[in-house]
Amino acid sequence: MVSQSTEGSSKTKQISIEAAAAHFFNGMTLMVGGFGGVGAPPGLINVLIDRQIKDIYMISNDTGFPWIGPGKLITEKRVSRLIASHIGSNPEAGKQMQNGELAVEFIPQGTLAEKIRAGGMGLGGILVDVGFGTIVEKGKQTVEVQEKTFMVEPALTADVSIVYAKQSDTYGNLIYDKSARNTNPLVAMAGNVTIAEVEEIVPAGQLDPECVVTPGVFVDYIVQSKGVDWKWVWELKQDTK
Amino acid sequence: MGLGIETRHQIARRAALEIERGMIVNLGIGIPTLVADYIPGNYGVMLHTENGILGMGGSPPPGKEDGNLSNAGGYPVTLIPGASYFDSATAFGIIRRGLLDITVLGALEVSEQGDIANWIVPGKRVPGMGGAIDLAQKSKKVIVLMNHSDKEGNPKIVKNCKLPLTVKRGAHMIITEKAVIDIENEKLVLREVMYPHSVEEVVESTGAPLEIRNEVMTFQ
Repeated sequence: MVSQSTEGSSKTKQISIEAAAAHFFNGMTLMVGGFGGVGAPPGLINVLIDRQIKDIYMISNDTGFPWIGPGKLITEKRVSRLIASHIGSNPEAGKQMQNGELAVEFIPQGTLAEKIRAGGMGLGGILVDVGFGTIVEKGKQTVEVQEKTFMVEPALTADVSIVYAKQSDTYGNLIYDKSARNTNPLVAMAGNVTIAEVEEIVPAGQLDPECVVTPGVFVDYIVQSKGVDWKWVWELKQDTK
Repeated sequence: MGLGIETRHQIARRAALEIERGMIVNLGIGIPTLVADYIPGNYGVMLHTENGILGMGGSPPPGKEDGNLSNAGGYPVTLIPGASYFDSATAFGIIRRGLLDITVLGALEVSEQGDIANWIVPGKRVPGMGGAIDLAQKSKKVIVLMNHSDKEGNPKIVKNCKLPLTVKRGAHMIITEKAVIDIENEKLVLREVMYPHSVEEVVESTGAPLEIRNEVMTFQ
């Protein structure tokens, strides 16, 4: 019988942002949580830029805006390959794609989210019919299951995943903030190393287990966030009014 | 889109008439976003967003914005009673499972069979499909809101799309600044003209045959 402990996991996963930077390397595959930059981890993105990490193979829902979220990595030309569903809000990404600096693979948003989820869930891939009749189906392996035809979409994982959460305990259990949840729980599961940037870190035992969205077992390290250091598009529009 | 603000609202107002009580609806960026202004508050309509909200409300008053509560375009929103948050995979599970009653989106071209092209202009702009393919393929009813013609005056409603498709045979209805058109059995049926345009004008500026079955009403 396992002896009962009231201590729980006493080892904290909290590290400094500098220590987190040691897990980044040139040429790594990097998954970034967030949607339009909302829910992207600002401090971890900044440290990637400060440490001159380059030639990144980035996987993210989108490329945010040129000065917001993963968009900054594009603007700073740190990304050489990209998997995303949308780059429309970041003209810099479009420019780099046109001139050949950035190789982009587009995947329908729901399929991309599910491929990431599958990676995090330890699956080989997913079967999906979204995109039949469009160029999405080009070159895809198909399979017939229960008299329906699906495309085989391999799962996605990454060397490093970076996510943002509102709250965590020292074990890395994560709770997100409103629509800043978006791709973060999926990305958190799919990293070989997952680093969460968190607004509020509390001791293990202080979070209601019923409210935890991402179990800490998926999270390797947590760092304290200093909040976003960019202005949202709607703030800029208000400024110019 | 090059349409005046009043015309954009006229299109949105017409689109909102398609929305019934209790429906689950996704509104795209641009004119589709304006549709929300015309859905009666007591309809219990639940607006869905790709980033992970069901039960999205209108814009917050100035000063009450929350950077972590936004629509899929990144703009601040509020919630209505009964709302929930979920991750993006779940947001698209809702779509693929066929739970969306209506999707309203913009397009570059729509064919008479209901093919939609809206995510790639070869050699020009390639923004990516975002969630458009999932939404257009899996929603029960797909309403396209767009200009009747492109900037050069060419029809955007055509016999066959020239641009890469978002979905094959996905559109059920097209609303432009000139007309309301249903797509039935791969044919275009002219339902209404938008004030102040005439039937002749609509027929002339549409790149595929329009069927006229009953009296064509004018939407003010």
